[in-house]
Amino acid sequence: MSEFKLAWQRFVKDRVALIALWVLGILYAAALFADVITPYSLRDESRLHTYCPPTAIHFLTSDGHWAGPYVRGVAMSYDEYRRRIYRETDEAYPLKFFGKGESYKFLGVVTWDRHLLSVDAPGRVYLLGADSRGRDIFSRIIHGARVSLTIGLFGVLISFVLGLLVGGIAGYFGGRIDNILMRMCEMVMMVPGFYLLLALRAAVPDTLNSLQVYAAIVIILAFIGWAGLARVIRGMCLSLKERDYVLAARTMGLTDMEIVMRHILPHTISYSLAAVALAVPGYILGESALSLIGLGIQDPYASWGNMLSEAMNIVRIQFAPWILWPAFFIALTVMCFNLIGDALRDAWDPMLKGRGDQP
Amino acid sequence: MLLRVNDVYKTFPGPVAALDGVSLDVHSGEHVSIVGESGCGKTTLARVIMGLVDPDEGSVIFNGHPLLTAHSRRGDFSRQVRMVFQDPFSSLDPRYSVRAILKEALRREPKMTPGEDFLRMRKVLDLVRMPADILTRYPHEFSGGERQRIAIARALMTSPKLLILDEAVSSLDVLVQQEILAMLEELQQRMPVTYFFISHNLRVVRRLSRKVAVMYQGRIVEYADRDTLFNAPSHPYTQVLLKAAFNYEVSP
Repeated sequence: MSEFKLAWQRFVKDRVALIALWVLGILYAAALFADVITPYSLRDESRLHTYCPPTAIHFLTSDGHWAGPYVRGVAMSYDEYRRRIYRETDEAYPLKFFGKGESYKFLGVVTWDRHLLSVDAPGRVYLLGADSRGRDIFSRIIHGARVSLTIGLFGVLISFVLGLLVGGIAGYFGGRIDNILMRMCEMVMMVPGFYLLLALRAAVPDTLNSLQVYAAIVIILAFIGWAGLARVIRGMCLSLKERDYVLAARTMGLTDMEIVMRHILPHTISYSLAAVALAVPGYILGESALSLIGLGIQDPYASWGNMLSEAMNIVRIQFAPWILWPAFFIALTVMCFNLIGDALRDAWDPMLKGRGDQP
Repeated sequence: MLLRVNDVYKTFPGPVAALDGVSLDVHSGEHVSIVGESGCGKTTLARVIMGLVDPDEGSVIFNGHPLLTAHSRRGDFSRQVRMVFQDPFSSLDPRYSVRAILKEALRREPKMTPGEDFLRMRKVLDLVRMPADILTRYPHEFSGGERQRIAIARALMTSPKLLILDEAVSSLDVLVQQEILAMLEELQQRMPVTYFFISHNLRVVRRLSRKVAVMYQGRIVEYADRDTLFNAPSHPYTQVLLKAAFNYEVSP
C-alpha cells in the first residue's frame, strides 16, 4: 500500500477534520453554484429595505391554516430617534423553489433564470438580513465566497510552486546558490506582512477592473507568502539529500534534476500539504484585510472582506448586527483549513516515524 | 584491470585524514575486501569510488578511463559499478514500489520494452531469492533482510561488473546475515561479478573475498591474498585484528 493511501486512512479517522472537509466542500460547492443558489444577483439592490432584518419564513396563515412557506411584505417607518423600524404587512409572497427570477449566465456559459429560492416582487426574501443599500447579505456572501475562497487557493498555489522550486534548489545544491536565495527570502520576510501588503498594493495602479484587481491581489499575496515556505523546504532538502536512497540514485547515474523531482520534492509534499492547508487562512485574511480598508475587491462585486467594511461602525453593528455574517464565514473557513492542516500533519507523522524517515 | 584507485587523499574538517594516500588495484574476479575498524576510511573510499565524495587529490580509473566528474560516471561506469548501502531501511525510497525501485536502476540503460523490463526484474529477484509477486509492494512491508535483498536486486539490474557492498550485512541480525552471505556466495558462482566488500567483520570477509586490504587510519597497511593474510599477517595491526576476531595467537 502506498504512503498516500496509508496517510489517507489515518486522515479519515479524524472525525473533526472530516467534518471540516465537508463544510469546506459545501462552501466551495456553494461558491461554484452561486448564481443558482442565491435569490438575488450582485447588482440587485432595494433602497426601501436599508438594513432590513432577516425575513421570517411563515408556514401558517394568521388564522392557523397551512399555507406552505411564505414571507410577508415589510413596511418601514421611523421611530422617535429616527431609527428604522420594519413591520410585517399582511401581503403574503409564497417562497418559490427554482422559480423564475433574474436571468444569469451559469458559469459564464449557459443562460438560465431559475433560482433555488425566490419570491415574486415586490416581496423580498432576506435570509440573513440586508445591508445599507437593501442588498441581500446571504446572496452577497455566496457570491463573495467565489472571491474569498479562491483567492487563497490561487495565492497559495503560486507561492507553493515558488517555494518548492527555490527551497529545493537552495537545499539541494547548497553553497553560494543557497546563500543568495536565502538572503532573498529574508529580504521579503523582514518587512512586516501587513505593511508589505499595503506597499505592494500601492505599487499597483488603481484604475484596474475587478478581474485585474483580483489577479493583482493573488500575486501580491503569493509574493509575501513564498519565502517562508521556501525556507522550510530548503531545510528539509538539506537533510533529505544525505539520505541513502538519494546517494543510491546518484550512484545509478540519475541527474540532479531527476533526483530532486523523484526523491527530494516528493518527500517534502507530505509536510507542504499540511503547510499549504495551514497557509490558506493567511491568504483569506490578507484579502479580507485589503478589501476591508477598501483596497481590494470593489463594489458592486462582493468579497467577505469588503462586506465587512460596512461593519466598521459600531452604531451600525448595534442596530443591524447581521452585517457581521461575513465575519462568521471567514472564521468558519479559517478554522476548517486549520483543522484539516493539523489533521494532515498528524496523518503523515506517525508513518514517517515508523520508517526512520522523519524530516 | 577493472578499477584502479590512484593515491587518493581526502580530509574532512577535523584533525584526522579520512584517506591518506590510498592506492588499490582491483582485477576482474578478484573479490577484494576492505577491513578495518570504524572510522578508518573504508566508507569514504567507497564513496570516492562512486563519486559521492570528491577526493582532494588522486584519481579513480575505471576500465582505463579516469573518472573526474559526476558526468563521466553517468555512462558505462554507472551501469557496470553498483553499490549496496549499509542500512536497508534508508537505502530504498519508501515512496516507491519495488517495481519502481528496480526500474530506476535502468535509467541510464538503453530503452527496453515493458516485457524485457519485467523479465529482467524477475531474473534479479530470482537471483536474490525473492518471489516475483512483490513488485507491487512497498519497502515498509519488508523486513531488514528482505529489504537488503531488494537493494542487492536493484544493484544487479544492470548486470554490473563490480559490486561495492558497504557493510551490506552489518546491520542485520546473525541468522539473516548468514542467509544473505550464502546468497552472495551463490551469486559469485552464477554471475561474472566482482565484489568489493567493505566490512569490519573478518569472519564475513574470509567467506567472500579472494584478496583482503586492511585499512588503518586512512591508509592501506596490508594488501594480500586471503590465505596469506589470514595465515601469516605481516603488519602488527592485522595481527591485532585477527587476534581480536578469532581469539588466537598468530604463529610467528
